[in-house]
Amino acid sequence: MIENRADRDATRSLLHEVSPAALGGEPPAHVIGITGPPGAGKSSLLSALVAEWRGRGQTVAVLAVDPSSKRSGGSLLGDRARIEHDPRDDGILIRSTAAGGRLGGLAAATREAVEALAPAFDVVVVETVGVGQSETDVEDVCDTVAVVVQPASGDVLQFLKAGIMEVPDLLVVPKADLGDVATRSRRDLGQALKAVGSSEVPVLAVSSVPPPSGIEELADALAARRDGSDVSARRTRARRGAALREFTFEHGERALRELGGRRAAERLLEQQDTAASVTELLEALEAAR
Amino acid sequence: MSHRLPERDRPWMIRTYAGHSTAAKSNELYRRNLAKGQTGLSVAFDLPTQTGYDADHELARGEVGKVGVPVAHRGDMAALLDGIPLDAMNTSMTINATAAWLLALYIVAAEEQGVAEDALSGTTQNDIIKEYLSRGTYAFPPEPSMRLIADTIAFTVDEVPSWNPINICSYHLQEAGATPVQEIAYSLSTAQAVLDRVRPRVPEETFPRVFGRMSFFVNAGIRFVEEHAKLRAMGQLWEELGRTRYGVDDERLLRFRYGVQVNSLGLTEAQPENNIIRIVLEALAVTMGRDARARALQLPAWNEALGLPRPWDQQWSLRIQQILAYETDVLEYPDVFEGSKVMEGLVAELVEGAREELAIVAEQGGAVAAVPYMKTQMVESHRERIRRIESGELKVIGQNVYTEAEPSPLQDGEDGGILRVDPAVEASAVEALGAWRSSRDNAAAETALATLRDAAEDPEVNIMHATLDAARAGVTTGEWAAALRGVFGEYRAPTGVGEAAGAPSDDALRALRDRVEEVSTALGRRIKILVGKPGLDGHSNGAEQIAVRARDAGMDVVYEGIRLTPARIARTAVDEGVHVVGLSILSGSHAELIPTVLTELREAGAGEVPVVVGGIIPPADEAALLEAGVARVYTSKDFEVTRIMGDIVSLVAERNGVVAVP
Repeated sequence: MIENRADRDATRSLLHEVSPAALGGEPPAHVIGITGPPGAGKSSLLSALVAEWRGRGQTVAVLAVDPSSKRSGGSLLGDRARIEHDPRDDGILIRSTAAGGRLGGLAAATREAVEALAPAFDVVVVETVGVGQSETDVEDVCDTVAVVVQPASGDVLQFLKAGIMEVPDLLVVPKADLGDVATRSRRDLGQALKAVGSSEVPVLAVSSVPPPSGIEELADALAARRDGSDVSARRTRARRGAALREFTFEHGERALRELGGRRAAERLLEQQDTAASVTELLEALEAAR
Repeated sequence: MSHRLPERDRPWMIRTYAGHSTAAKSNELYRRNLAKGQTGLSVAFDLPTQTGYDADHELARGEVGKVGVPVAHRGDMAALLDGIPLDAMNTSMTINATAAWLLALYIVAAEEQGVAEDALSGTTQNDIIKEYLSRGTYAFPPEPSMRLIADTIAFTVDEVPSWNPINICSYHLQEAGATPVQEIAYSLSTAQAVLDRVRPRVPEETFPRVFGRMSFFVNAGIRFVEEHAKLRAMGQLWEELGRTRYGVDDERLLRFRYGVQVNSLGLTEAQPENNIIRIVLEALAVTMGRDARARALQLPAWNEALGLPRPWDQQWSLRIQQILAYETDVLEYPDVFEGSKVMEGLVAELVEGAREELAIVAEQGGAVAAVPYMKTQMVESHRERIRRIESGELKVIGQNVYTEAEPSPLQDGEDGGILRVDPAVEASAVEALGAWRSSRDNAAAETALATLRDAAEDPEVNIMHATLDAARAGVTTGEWAAALRGVFGEYRAPTGVGEAAGAPSDDALRALRDRVEEVSTALGRRIKILVGKPGLDGHSNGAEQIAVRARDAGMDVVYEGIRLTPARIARTAVDEGVHVVGLSILSGSHAELIPTVLTELREAGAGEVPVVVGGIIPPADEAALLEAGVARVYTSKDFEVTRIMGDIVSLVAERNGVVAVP
């Protein structure tokens, strides 16, 4: 329903129903973004994490986002076959979506899907491919972002140094049979992080190939990052940012000028309820035109 | 030098790839074929045996005894080889992930006949990389799989010296769309990866013999002149590899030894009688020139695109070999192409192209690391081939040109021109399994499995010893594989589909895209299709091409890959909210699996989602599937992929109340 762009009313009313304002508080779900270049090992990592969370009695929803082909508009979604789970387990939901035609960003539907899923699941994972601008969007949608880095790949270091990528909350290096190389690249990453002034970002080595290792620690580290941050404040900021972007995307720069410019729009948003949903914030902006 | 040989050459090994239903029935078939003049055996195993599942496993449903013979334990192997003296027979076993196991069963069966290990001749295919690339019957991840291969090679070089422990396969690469250059380069890269892996496991003085025992399984396609050049090119590069990289200088050990099955990809469902001609010409390519002649040849039957061959169909293909070997004069001369400018030119071209591709694979770290790359290359080559067939650039007689035909007398019979496996075979296999387990010494079997697990955990230990003991103790195929899966883990190979480049747009594709946009807009979201393969069949080329074309047409494609259970398919269809489900099966298990998928979909609340099926489906079964609720059935006669896509779009439109624009 959320993905149906033709009929937005049903979506709006659903999102109203499950908004923090309606539910009396932020949904307790942990929204985690997992991103990284293709081939880095995200899928096997996720399979192991999903199993770990299920083992802890937590329900999990995974939104796998893949790029859409610019030429055809179509997409090849999720190498979904890789997230192993019991098809009869109702505590897991895996859905693939295409990023759509948005320049550098997640489709609005993905954000809305997260909003709708958060009240219903303990953990919501947004998995994206590649390193680049969509990661900024991922930050706004998620409480915690983990980047999975291929051992020996130089890409992430470049992106970090160039500032293309915002610094993640966690870096994960899958060991997967590569022993020494993984250890070395973990060291390299640590050094690169120091260089950009973020030596506090934990770098974790995991292996999803039997015997699995580091998965428990990763799940703990993810939970710890969340517990240590002000989730409400971050989410409020993120929702306001998303509403502004949505507004600009839907109505254009001209409409933004009609409001009095970006600063004026931001001030307007700051006056709104901290629990207001993106839809409500968007409506507030639209009403002010 | 004389233009005639002093003595006629002995012919190559004449085999027929065979096996189905039960060990006893297959044994009967083998004996009949041997009596008809076949000189070696070529065993086809069913998919559960190939992937390490017993008949009672969920994934074995619908697959038992279909594409080959089920062999679950030493009792089955003994029945399979009953009355066949193993010290005089040469047996090729097309087995990969479970090769070590089946080799052990063969050795144990020989023991029971009183034949010693060192008297055995034959081959285990044992090439796991091509499984990842095209065939899909792998079981474990790459590293432990390579270890198993190295173990079998290290074991046989001394214990079973006349055995070919591995057949590096280029055959399946061609079937998956590889060009001759890719076929040469990727198979040689695989050979290198295997040799590098084995080298540390054997004493240095033994290693040249290991090199000499490496053999290949090659394809022969319809462009048969170039195919012959390909064989010569492979021989040249193989010798070069042996000399320069592995320090082998004994000429006998440097010879390029290979067996052949001729091309099946190009066999048509339309006017299938034409396939006989294709098969003959391809057989000629690999027998005509003495310097690059096949050691062993197996020919598909004319009706392989329709279903399983009957004894008469196999006999016809056997006669081709016998006419070539005994009636013609191909075996009377030294190499007939020596000095040919054309042949030399073609060989040089292929060698150059292969060297380039070999270098690219080497750059990536070798065959194992380059699996995603090689896979993507082949998906693209295959897509290019399909495009050329669709556009008519590549002519396939009877399929896209000269398509008007008289009704064929060959398909008139009640059986529709193919063999059908009795579905009761599965139930009796499960029963027999239960009987076997109750009558064996279960304590001994448990102990053997525990020892096997220990051996698996230590990469320095050769797994063959524990495997042989397990075979003697009556352990089953599924138990052996499950023990190893527990230690090595499960694996899903890269699909090559995500990275495949978009197709060049032609008018038909553009028109299709417009329709997809139209329907998607009316639906409110992009048409979403699930593409996957239920059961154990791993031949994913068709499904991959559909997935890629659907993406190029503008659909959102959830490509689930292979080895799916009906429950999984239904769950994905629901969670993903797909508009249509597309399934591909070539193993003959459609009659059992598809109705189950339909039931699961209904139970999951997705009963209105239409299901379309593609693959090898005989006409009679087509009708049954449609009656059961399948919306469309596509087989290889529907070779125009864009048209299939258009049909699917119309189907989605119709089922969702969108007015379809023609």
